[in-house]
Amino acid sequence: MSGTFAPAPGRAPVRSVVASQIRMELTLTARRGEAVVLALAVPLLVMLGAGLTEVTNVPGDDRLAFVVPGVLALTVLSTAFTGQAITTGYERSYGVLKRLGASPLSRPGLLFAKTAAVLGLIAGQLIVLAAVGAAVGWRPHLEALLPALGVTVLATAAYSGLALLMASLLRPEATTGAATLIYVLMLAAGGIMFAAPDLGTAGWFLLPLAAHAEALRATLSHGESVPLAIWLSLAAWAVVMVTAAAKKFRWE
Amino acid sequence: MTDEAVEVRDIVVRYGDTTAVDGVSLTVPRGRVLSLLGHNGAGKTSLLQVCEGFRRADGGTARVLGLDPIDDHDALMPRLGIMLQSGGVYPWATAGEILRLFASFAATPLDVDMLLDRLGLRKFERTRWRRLSGGEQQRLSLAIALVGRPELVFLDEPTAGMDTEARHTTWQLIEELRADGVSVLLTTHLLDEAERLADAVVIMRAGVVAATGSPAELTAAAGIDLLEVRADPGLVPAGRLADFKVTESTPGEYSISGALDATAISEVVGWFAGAGAQVTAVNTRRRTLEDVYLKLTKADRSGGSGVDVVKVRGGHAESSDQTTGERVHR
Repeated sequence: MSGTFAPAPGRAPVRSVVASQIRMELTLTARRGEAVVLALAVPLLVMLGAGLTEVTNVPGDDRLAFVVPGVLALTVLSTAFTGQAITTGYERSYGVLKRLGASPLSRPGLLFAKTAAVLGLIAGQLIVLAAVGAAVGWRPHLEALLPALGVTVLATAAYSGLALLMASLLRPEATTGAATLIYVLMLAAGGIMFAAPDLGTAGWFLLPLAAHAEALRATLSHGESVPLAIWLSLAAWAVVMVTAAAKKFRWE
Repeated sequence: MTDEAVEVRDIVVRYGDTTAVDGVSLTVPRGRVLSLLGHNGAGKTSLLQVCEGFRRADGGTARVLGLDPIDDHDALMPRLGIMLQSGGVYPWATAGEILRLFASFAATPLDVDMLLDRLGLRKFERTRWRRLSGGEQQRLSLAIALVGRPELVFLDEPTAGMDTEARHTTWQLIEELRADGVSVLLTTHLLDEAERLADAVVIMRAGVVAATGSPAELTAAAGIDLLEVRADPGLVPAGRLADFKVTESTPGEYSISGALDATAISEVVGWFAGAGAQVTAVNTRRRTLEDVYLKLTKADRSGGSGVDVVKVRGGHAESSDQTTGERVHR
């Protein structure tokens, strides 16, 4: 058969299929105003406000050593959790997940592309924020970078799992509300802008943001190792959330 | 049976206690257009979802291009073009971005610019999905379904929300798909759409197949259902005419309905001759697909519990057409 529509089906090479989906994910993120604000403007404001002025009460003499790692941890939360929960919830209700899952991209390809886009976004944000922090006087211990990356990967996995879980269980409006509320509560209770009540080890298990922020302070600001309880807390959050998301994830 | 594009047997789909599809079988031969016709809620979309691999059937088997829509999902998807009834697209992406995204998934996609032009979407290339009208969204969805050069396309109410011009463009496109060897399974509740496009029509009613056949077979099976005779006014039907329903709508215009085969028609005309009437016109009206459809679907609404399946092959009605008919007139 010849003719304009003569069948010639086939999948493009997987790498280019996934690459064009990642490009689409990033384009759309950049296009959503509130996502950009959540991703960079809020963390920058918190960092410069709490780090350079005396408006809040933070422990220790070095305000930046306390505030900058906290802001880095907060950024991971906002992108991997809040941003992803909201987008995924709406994409599900618009039928986008279902439609793309039934394209040559396939479901595993879609999940891979989303994960890669979120990781790339987080990497970019952290580099920008760390650079601004360094520019205003934060002096990170780069020899402790590896454990800092380790806890960040665990936190990202935990937040993404929770985000996908919420997006699968709730309506998109409810997901948006709940994800924003959790973000604000964690920001308030997690000891990012100001010293929160010290709940000790229990606090690290209750609030992954507090655990992640404390681990980044220990490593990047003070060149120390990550407390074992924090590794355990973040690993537990990651395993539980990713498992739950894998079980409950809904495409439509 | 790889020479069939779609082959489903005894498919059952349930939502909780509701049975949406109750044992439907159908076949779409390669390169043919099959139209699923039925009211909203007749089970068309549920059946389509089974074929598209979105839903596992609660009973029966489905083979699409010789593959299982769920187990062979990833192998099947590049060969299918799917047009959903609504949604499925990022609201903030532009028409051009979306179509290029789907084109980039395919090994040898159609030319995106050509598709944009053919579907009249060129001027919306930079318009975001959510700013498009319903008909424009439909056209873009159709373009998405076609861009990967599929062997088989599933179109769920492809022209819903389109204006007349877009509808005709879409019909031409579907005719061209068929001419180029693409198999098509489409759902519709537009009878002219089914009549114009389909090689075969499957009429669904409340989850079961109410009738199958080509549009011509379906209308021919129902036969001539109205005879109009113009003659002298005021004639009183009697004798052989008592077997028919005769109404004189305006003086001298008689409408005769009933089982009108060739013998019956000659008897009717003969009666007029016998009554000494001057017959000045005789018209027969053949049933349209719409008549067949309404008859089959209304029968359900008047509470008919029996399943009156009309199977048409080569012009022979295999089961009681009349039963259904009587029920309608009641």
